[in-house]
Amino acid sequence: MTTTEQPPADARSHAPDPRDFLALDSLLTDEERMIRDNVRRFVREQLLPQVPEWFEAGVLPREVASQLGALGVLGMHLKGYGCAGASAVAYGLACLELEAGDSGLRSLVSVQGSLAMFAIWRWGSEEQKQEWLPPLARGEAVGCFGLTEPDAGSDPGSMRTRARRDGSDWILSGQKMWITNGSTADVAVVWARADDGIRGFLVPRGTPGFTTQDIHRKLSLRASVTSELLLDDVRLPAEAMLPEARGLRGPLSCLSEARYGIVWGAMGAARSCYEAALEYSTTREQFGRPIGGFQLTQKKLADMVVEVGRGTLLAHHLGRLKDEGRLTPEQVSFGKLANVDAALRVARSARTVLGANGVTLEYPVIRHENNLESVLTYEGTAEVHSLVLGQALTGISAYR
Amino acid sequence: MKICVLVKEVPDAAVEKRMDPSTKRLDRSGEKNLNPFDTHAIEAAMQIKEGGAVDVDEIVAVTMGPESAVRALHKAVSLGADRSVHLTDPALAGSDVCATGYALAQVLKAESPDLVLLGQQSDDGECYTVGAVVADHLQMPSLTQVIKIDVQDGKLRCERQAEYGYDTVEVELPAVISVGDAINEPRYPSLKAIMGAKKKPLDTKSAADVGIDPSRVGEQGSRTAVLAINPPPAKEPGEIIEDEDTDETVQKIVSWLEERKLLA
Ligand SMILES: Cc1cc2nc3c(=O)[nH]c(=O)nc-3n(C[C@H](O)[C@H](O)[C@H](O)COP(=O)(O)OP(=O)(O)OC[C@H]3O[C@@H](n4cnc5c(N)ncnc54)[C@H](O)[C@@H]3O)c2cc1C
Ligand SMILES: Cc1cc2nc3c(=O)[nH]c(=O)nc-3n(C[C@H](O)[C@H](O)[C@H](O)COP(=O)(O)OP(=O)(O)OC[C@H]3O[C@@H](n4cnc5c(N)ncnc54)[C@H](O)[C@@H]3O)c2cc1C
Repeated sequence: MTTTEQPPADARSHAPDPRDFLALDSLLTDEERMIRDNVRRFVREQLLPQVPEWFEAGVLPREVASQLGALGVLGMHLKGYGCAGASAVAYGLACLELEAGDSGLRSLVSVQGSLAMFAIWRWGSEEQKQEWLPPLARGEAVGCFGLTEPDAGSDPGSMRTRARRDGSDWILSGQKMWITNGSTADVAVVWARADDGIRGFLVPRGTPGFTTQDIHRKLSLRASVTSELLLDDVRLPAEAMLPEARGLRGPLSCLSEARYGIVWGAMGAARSCYEAALEYSTTREQFGRPIGGFQLTQKKLADMVVEVGRGTLLAHHLGRLKDEGRLTPEQVSFGKLANVDAALRVARSARTVLGANGVTLEYPVIRHENNLESVLTYEGTAEVHSLVLGQALTGISAYR
Repeated sequence: MKICVLVKEVPDAAVEKRMDPSTKRLDRSGEKNLNPFDTHAIEAAMQIKEGGAVDVDEIVAVTMGPESAVRALHKAVSLGADRSVHLTDPALAGSDVCATGYALAQVLKAESPDLVLLGQQSDDGECYTVGAVVADHLQMPSLTQVIKIDVQDGKLRCERQAEYGYDTVEVELPAVISVGDAINEPRYPSLKAIMGAKKKPLDTKSAADVGIDPSRVGEQGSRTAVLAINPPPAKEPGEIIEDEDTDETVQKIVSWLEERKLLA
């Protein structure tokens, strides 16, 4: 053992750390830091080396879900049924580190934990929870969440998928579109219109009449499976319905959970772009000096570090509100709107700093930039979140 | 069988190391972490426990360090240790390797483990010696640079990294073993293990609690003294052999390597 006393403070130890300019680490508990460091190391060592290949090939191997399950991040913010019951801030930190790897990784965790598992945890019966939550938490089972349809995106209330009764059974028919994890899922949470309003159903893979088809030729979120779900008179027992959810409130509650993760995740993508640009700007030389020495580049870096710091601080604040049970859906909309927009600006600016190298998969930037286009659209488009804020401010709904 | 793993809190690998000229010691302010080599020692303990060749009743993580070192213990239990012991006392500050080894041995005497595992080196002090000092105090056999451990008939069969290849050595228990980082790939602690870490028992001990003789520890009790610290000499410029792609160039490179005995 050497010493317990601190050395005299000098100017150097007080210079802000470019990787944590606002010293936001000091807002974290030791446990949160340990969780964050663990996910960060896992992403960097186990996933990131392969992410560019997955992105290029347009795949995300099934084992990733099991690995993330062993790490404990699937449904980590839920309590009981094999879930860790971590704080909202810890969950957010995990989302940030995952998305610093790739938005596809964070999407897997969001869809599994916040959409599929949360739907069952919040609205399911005790039997449904016992059956599905432990294997979903371990990553032995994969879940998906089917709300969007070809003709019902921003306006899910116009969905056409129907659930009708046949004796005590349910018969589902319709089509879901743009469903993350659709073809890899062992269980699909499908929202459909019943006589008494919108209802959620658990549809296991292989149920007769239920098929999936992957959507190819995406140029965004390529390291993520996106599918169409086809429901052709799918017969389900009465127990397949989520008993506690009726109306759009059911799916919207899940989306609010997932959006919360995006508030953090977007800052992970932004941080990765900013760090790539910073590193590049100090090593790449033109006109006889590092390009980071040019005022125009410095302005870009300064804007990036401001966006990343401000967005992460916002995520933090919303996380603490959530842990106190005070976070409203409108505040989540605020966070999603602000942080995805900020992340896209950082990504675009970072791309320019990297010049031609910026358009390749050798660097993470264009991958993040393209991914963020999906993040901007899913979980409520930027326009829809603007309308949420507009209505919260004026009291006037401008949706239709 | 009871295994004690010695673990140390060290400055994070990402932190630039710096000597403090006023104390002539390493500046240990800033982000800290569990010594990476010690994560391999814990993993080795876990693999013995899970291997089934012997019943492991408990794995105890032991550290000597200031208050902040509790975090290294939390990390150690999140990686699988069942409980931890924190030896902390202002009297211990400034201990050199011999004093550190003596103090840790005092804790271990109270625990009486069948096996003591350590990392081969700390990421900050890098003395590679604490294991040997501890073993001497405990009068146990000591092995260093171990890269494989098998439990056979209550003994350990270890492979030890040598200059060329490795030695296979059998040791009787109890023993003190320092492991190299090639021994295993430490697991990622699960989230639940991290969150459960604070609930596992942690004993805090003072020097007096484990019968440490105050005259043998701390700056006063240490027999080494740092007289001066100097920056390492600047690296000599490398020798550039202009490549004309001729036999002569090849010969030059070969003789350069031979001179330095780099060709086996
Ligand atoms: C030339 C020199 C002079 C030094 N002078 C001073 C000095 O004046 N004052 C001073 O305070 N320090 C001094 N030190 C540092 C101090 O001696 C060591 O940090 C300390 O004794 C532990 O040794 P190490 O970290 O090098 O351990 P190593 O022998 O490299 O570590 C091997 C293993 O021992 C275990 N271990 C080591 N330390 C602990 C611990 N505290 N608790 C639990 N397990 C542990 C870990 O398992 C570790 O992996 C000096 C070091 C050197 C090289
Ligand atoms: C990669 C990816 C993964 C996805 N994963 C899932 C999933 O797992 N589950 C799921 O259910 N869905 C998923 N989606 C679907 C996603 O949620 C929808 O794409 C989104 O809700 C928008 O719907 P839309 O694409 O039909 O666009 P539309 O709703 O047709 O919108 C088109 C444009 O019109 C704008 N617009 C619409 N209404 C208004 C208005 N009132 N005022 C102003 N502007 C308006 C929109 O903002 C947008 O700019 C995913 C999408 C993508 C790209």
